[in-house]
Amino acid sequence: MGIAVETSLDVSPLVIGGREFRSRLMVGTGKYASNSDMIRAIEASGAEVVTVAVRRVDLNRSNEEGILNHLDPNQFFLLANTAGCYTADEAIRYARLARAAGFNEWVKLEVIGDQETLLPDTAGLIEATRTLAAEGFKVMAYTNDDLITALRLEEAGAVSVMPLASPIGSGLGMLNPYAIRTIKKRLSVPVIVDAGVGTASDACIVMEQGVDGILMNTGIAAAADPVRMATAMRQAVEAGRLAYLAGRMPRREIAVPSSPLTGMLDS
Amino acid sequence: MITLTVNGAARELESSNSTIAGLLGSLAIDPRLVVVEHNRTILRDKAAYASQELEEGDVIEIVHFVGGG
Repeated sequence: MGIAVETSLDVSPLVIGGREFRSRLMVGTGKYASNSDMIRAIEASGAEVVTVAVRRVDLNRSNEEGILNHLDPNQFFLLANTAGCYTADEAIRYARLARAAGFNEWVKLEVIGDQETLLPDTAGLIEATRTLAAEGFKVMAYTNDDLITALRLEEAGAVSVMPLASPIGSGLGMLNPYAIRTIKKRLSVPVIVDAGVGTASDACIVMEQGVDGILMNTGIAAAADPVRMATAMRQAVEAGRLAYLAGRMPRREIAVPSSPLTGMLDS
Repeated sequence: MITLTVNGAARELESSNSTIAGLLGSLAIDPRLVVVEHNRTILRDKAAYASQELEEGDVIEIVHFVGGG
């Protein structure tokens, strides 16, 4: 009921690479305590796009089985990532493997440059974006909050640029709102903030910058109650989007009374 | 028997069963849920698994989707 009203107020649907998506919140599937927690949290988030990673099958079956045993690919839009890749060539190989799974030609491209911060190797990222876009991939490129890199990714053919709010898994929220706003203003492709959102207020503030959506994983998966947090994140993304569309009041350094100054009693 | 490298480890396979489909069968892996790379070439056509012959020393990667962000 509430959701329907809010959706109708968000007049512009999210369109990326020619495809319309029903939710501006995208979620990861990693780090959940159990698969049933994961499914319930994803359903509560209202997300349509869910990210997955490509890894070797454990031939000794000591690790968890594949996620498609739990996640229905008809219910969600699977967005494979190249997490853990440190070179363009490696990321390209993972993207091609993911595409061969046969679901779609989309990839959340990560080329990591540093193990401690998981910040991107921007040169490798741009190179891999160019190669994959030429092969027909729809590349959503995870990057830092640097405008020039974002512009180069767009030129290289990315269908979406995904600047971080703060480092992956840090939960520090948005460290540089100016940078995120600037990227959004300058790019033509949708800007989806990826990584660093720790709680609902973080998500709300990110959306208030005018970006097109948010992708998060740890902020939900590592909450004490992921289903509650997923619900909070869904509402925060919607609230932040509506607040952005509504246009906030100007900030003032002085108070302005909200009640009439006239009609007061004699003292 | 032929010896392959499968997901980074040596593994023997009956010569009479030396196809991609045979290897997956011997590992009890459902072909629908995995992607196979054979000597760095991704096999995009699962229908070819049954005819794709393996040879001594071949390197195979079998991957699937797992949880990730």
